[in-house]
Amino acid sequence: MADTLLSVRDLHKHFPVKSGMLIARTVGEVKAVDGVTFDVETGKTLGLVGESGSGKSTTGYCILQLLKPTSGSVRFMGKELTELGREELRQTRREMQIVFQDPYSSLDPRMTVGNIVGEPLAVHGIGSRRDRTSRVRELLDVVGFNPDFTNRYPHEFSGGQRQRIGIARALALAPRLIVCDEPVSALDVSIQAQILNLLKDLQRDFQLTYLFIAHDLAVVRTMSDVIAVMNQGKIVELGPAEQVYTKPQHEYTKALLSAVPIPDPRKMRERKVERRRLRHALASEL
Amino acid sequence: MALLDVRDLKTHFFTREGVVHAVDGVSFSVDRGRTLGIVGESGCGKSVTALSIMGLIPKPPAKIVAGEVVFDGRDLTKLGERQLESVRGREIAMIFQDPMTSLNPTLTIGTQITETIKRHFDLSNERARKRAVELLEEVRIPNAASRLDDYPHRYSGGMRQRVMIAIALSCNPMLLIADEPTTALDVTVQAQVLDLLDELRESHDMAMILITHDMGVVAETADEVIVMYAGQVVEQAPVLELFDHPEHPYTEALLGALPQIEGERIREARLTAIPGRPPDLVSPPPACRFAPRCPHAGGDSCTETMPELRELRSGHWVRSAHPTSERAGRPVGASA
Repeated sequence: MADTLLSVRDLHKHFPVKSGMLIARTVGEVKAVDGVTFDVETGKTLGLVGESGSGKSTTGYCILQLLKPTSGSVRFMGKELTELGREELRQTRREMQIVFQDPYSSLDPRMTVGNIVGEPLAVHGIGSRRDRTSRVRELLDVVGFNPDFTNRYPHEFSGGQRQRIGIARALALAPRLIVCDEPVSALDVSIQAQILNLLKDLQRDFQLTYLFIAHDLAVVRTMSDVIAVMNQGKIVELGPAEQVYTKPQHEYTKALLSAVPIPDPRKMRERKVERRRLRHALASEL
Repeated sequence: MALLDVRDLKTHFFTREGVVHAVDGVSFSVDRGRTLGIVGESGCGKSVTALSIMGLIPKPPAKIVAGEVVFDGRDLTKLGERQLESVRGREIAMIFQDPMTSLNPTLTIGTQITETIKRHFDLSNERARKRAVELLEEVRIPNAASRLDDYPHRYSGGMRQRVMIAIALSCNPMLLIADEPTTALDVTVQAQVLDLLDELRESHDMAMILITHDMGVVAETADEVIVMYAGQVVEQAPVLELFDHPEHPYTEALLGALPQIEGERIREARLTAIPGRPPDLVSPPPACRFAPRCPHAGGDSCTETMPELRELRSGHWVRSAHPTSERAGRPVGASA
């Protein structure tokens, strides 16, 4: 059996709801993440899927300690991240990185491509300036981005190319875990396929472990070994991808799967007729 | 006769970098009561086509440089602004992608619906309000009468899109243009909104143009489909025909690039990506615009001359020198 790289237990993240103009009082709380538990094995992908507001991104941020969890445990490479001090956490961060959704706002427009990709190396004081320059070229080459463009700026590139820059940056410190937060939802279908293939290749070549967060059920399916379906801060279904998609157990998973438009007009028409029948049946009962 | 007949439409943008051929010779027609799906990726010209029909393109920099938009017997490109205003909203209505920004946050939902009704019909405030409640009920907003005086921020994304649909329907238009109407919505809400649009199209006997990047949405909604690429129609066919027998290499590639939700060995397989990206539409070369990304191009005329849109089978049009059915049985050059 493969070893567990990341282990999340009963994770909670509650945000206070404040009211009042000058003196804000806490009048309640939003349970964005409400008792989430799962394991991710080394070299595998756990797909975290759900609709907007389900808490999937917040879960990702809490794992990386970009948000402080309200309670619960996050064990990564044998360390309890929620109890680490600043310096220890900084060291551990080298092993876990994130790729964001929007390649238009997640790259600093005033930095060159070379500096964006090399920044993590500089921050952690890895190698000489010259070492770093050659490492940056290597990284860009790995993600299929022309290394001769290191002195250009992000705005000169398309969404797909920018996402490659973001991935190269995430790879810079040779991490074990990458949290991919909706990495292709801002991209067109033809470009999306290029990036998904790239992520698959990188996983194989560097034994990466992914926490893959997305709302698109088809995208999650193509990337994931294990699927966790989230709704209102809770995981409602967790299992091997094949099983979750072919034999969904929870009603929410079933509803989600039946709502996905698939490129098959005959099947879509059958579904539509069925949905209409159900609604009329419901209406006449009332 | 078709309700809408777009003939050889060319909308260009005159910018400092040069003339952008955003829509470059697009023709199609929409029959009464039918749904036409226009599918393509960002920048293919699908939204500019819709805005050109409505006379809503920003002038300058944009200009309709050629073509006709014949709606119910009149060429809309020849109408003045005043005449166009009475067509817009009254006979052709449009809904947009983002329900969060399409409504005015400082006016109540009721005000925004009655505003449209009173713009086109001579109705008292009371009658207009009554009609607004009916419309909200028709788009299935619960407790419509009491929700009428709410401001948009009290409505969710799906509900706001329903309000936009209610406003669009308020004058019983003959044609509804829906530009990515469900792209900003969650899948479960998307299914509800698409079902709603379809039922309303039927009950109001409207025609609909549905613009989307999502092949699944097209499969669900459209009767007839056009695929656009780099400002041109590259394929047109009835929906079943298009998905059963895609002819254009781009359509084929687009369907192949979609991640699948059903099937075997999905996790292990690689997706068939389309290499490169769409061409720059400033002075595009007089060749097939898909040729640089096409696995079948090369060694013939398509890299030098533009293929014509031709009818391969009855009702199935394609703009390619190498449609699938003509390639069958022949070895494929560079395809992987």
